[in-house]
Amino acid sequence: MSILQVSELCFKYPDKTILENISFSLEKGDFLCIVGTNGTGKSTLLKLILNILKPTKGEIKILGESASKFTSFDKISYVSQKATGFNADFPATVEEIVALGLYSKKGFLSFPKKSDKLKIESALERVGMKSYSKRLIGKLSGGQQQRVFIAKALVNEPEIIFLDEPTVGIDVKAVDSICCLLGELNKSGITIVMVTHDISSILYHSNKVLHLSEDGSAKILASEEFNSQTIFNHVHHNH
Amino acid sequence: MEILTYSFMQRAFAVAVLISVITPLIGNIIVLKRLSSIGDALSHSSLAGVAIGLCFGFDPILSAVIFSMLAAFTIEFVRRCFYRYSEIATAVVLSFGVGTAAVFSGFIKNSSAFSSFLFGSIVAVSSFELFVVIILSLIVIVTVIILYRELFFITFDEEGAQLSGVKVKTVNFVFTLLTAIVVSVSSRTVGALVISSLMIIPVACAMLISKSYRSNVILSVIFAVLFTVIGLFISCIYNIKPGGTIVLIGIFILLLLIPFRKK
Repeated sequence: MSILQVSELCFKYPDKTILENISFSLEKGDFLCIVGTNGTGKSTLLKLILNILKPTKGEIKILGESASKFTSFDKISYVSQKATGFNADFPATVEEIVALGLYSKKGFLSFPKKSDKLKIESALERVGMKSYSKRLIGKLSGGQQQRVFIAKALVNEPEIIFLDEPTVGIDVKAVDSICCLLGELNKSGITIVMVTHDISSILYHSNKVLHLSEDGSAKILASEEFNSQTIFNHVHHNH
Repeated sequence: MEILTYSFMQRAFAVAVLISVITPLIGNIIVLKRLSSIGDALSHSSLAGVAIGLCFGFDPILSAVIFSMLAAFTIEFVRRCFYRYSEIATAVVLSFGVGTAAVFSGFIKNSSAFSSFLFGSIVAVSSFELFVVIILSLIVIVTVIILYRELFFITFDEEGAQLSGVKVKTVNFVFTLLTAIVVSVSSRTVGALVISSLMIIPVACAMLISKSYRSNVILSVIFAVLFTVIGLFISCIYNIKPGGTIVLIGIFILLLLIPFRKK
């Protein structure tokens, strides 16, 4: 069974077609990069998959459930683009932020347990941020903050992690280390779906690339195949 | 301490302390969502409710609660119409509140009843009002404790909260109701013109020194109680308006704390 299946997906604004007839599917353990020039609907596609936006036409299934009726929030995690654009003075510790990731498993009206603390420590350890657990999130660098948000996504032990431009606003060294971290997580069996404009850093770790075109169409390729295509240069040089 | 032997002062202190506990609980969310002006918009709308209530013979607190709630939902509606300039929403509702209050206040026979809502009348709290404040404070405290994680999550990352299964619309609706209740009830005692300060200043003080979200919430409540108790004592000793005194004490402590803010 496909872990994610998108069939004949369309999304249109009254005056513009963003996505036209897009179909693809992912198996468990895939690492998909969604790429394309500005305005081709990369983040829109992710928001449609996550049911933040409603499609004009088509069907999306995550883990066998229709995206519009999806309730297994504990099996997926999302690192939003906003994660790097939050209020830097927000008075919350790394530990408190990662604990939020447990909400989908624990749900409404539950109290913190000892095992939660262990899960938080373990997630922070996986991203190399355990010693920062008591630090305020706003006092960390962009790369460290992104690691914390990945820990928040990991704490639930999800089957799929969706990321929207996780390397925006981070220095080159931190981008490489985030990409390596995502590669390791993928090797441990987590399916990753990531919107990115920084394809050169992540291509080595991914196995599939979905290239969105300005006419709303999309093409899915194996990463090696994509690497050799001229569209690589096209996408890369457009940013 | 002799002043605490009078029953009216005991009621005043009880009400003031309860209000100083509930206002920063709401204020934390409002400040961290960067919606600080919403308190002003709601308190001025509650004044409009008071004026209409006093004009037509309704209970002014009840009409203040209703007006605050309507104002809160109107802000949400107007915010969607001006997506990129959402601060317009609070300005529009605040102006409507001031305008309505000004027009209807001209028809109120007992103008001192209306002016007591402007700056509060904390030392004239009746036993019934104390009872109402106790019940509403309990509702606010229990709800904020129950929704602690949800409110924290939504305040930090609303989209992420929704994708983790938080019922964002429901929690926001409940929070709006709580805000309207807190503003209306508090405006009777500390004054509509002062209430938003009591929501914001203790949180601002806490943000200067807190080391976590939890400590920010706790510290803001401690600061608010501290300002209120000191302010009430000073206002009793020197016979000055309690609401204004409480706020000025808060501003004074905020200025004192600025050099000690965390780096």
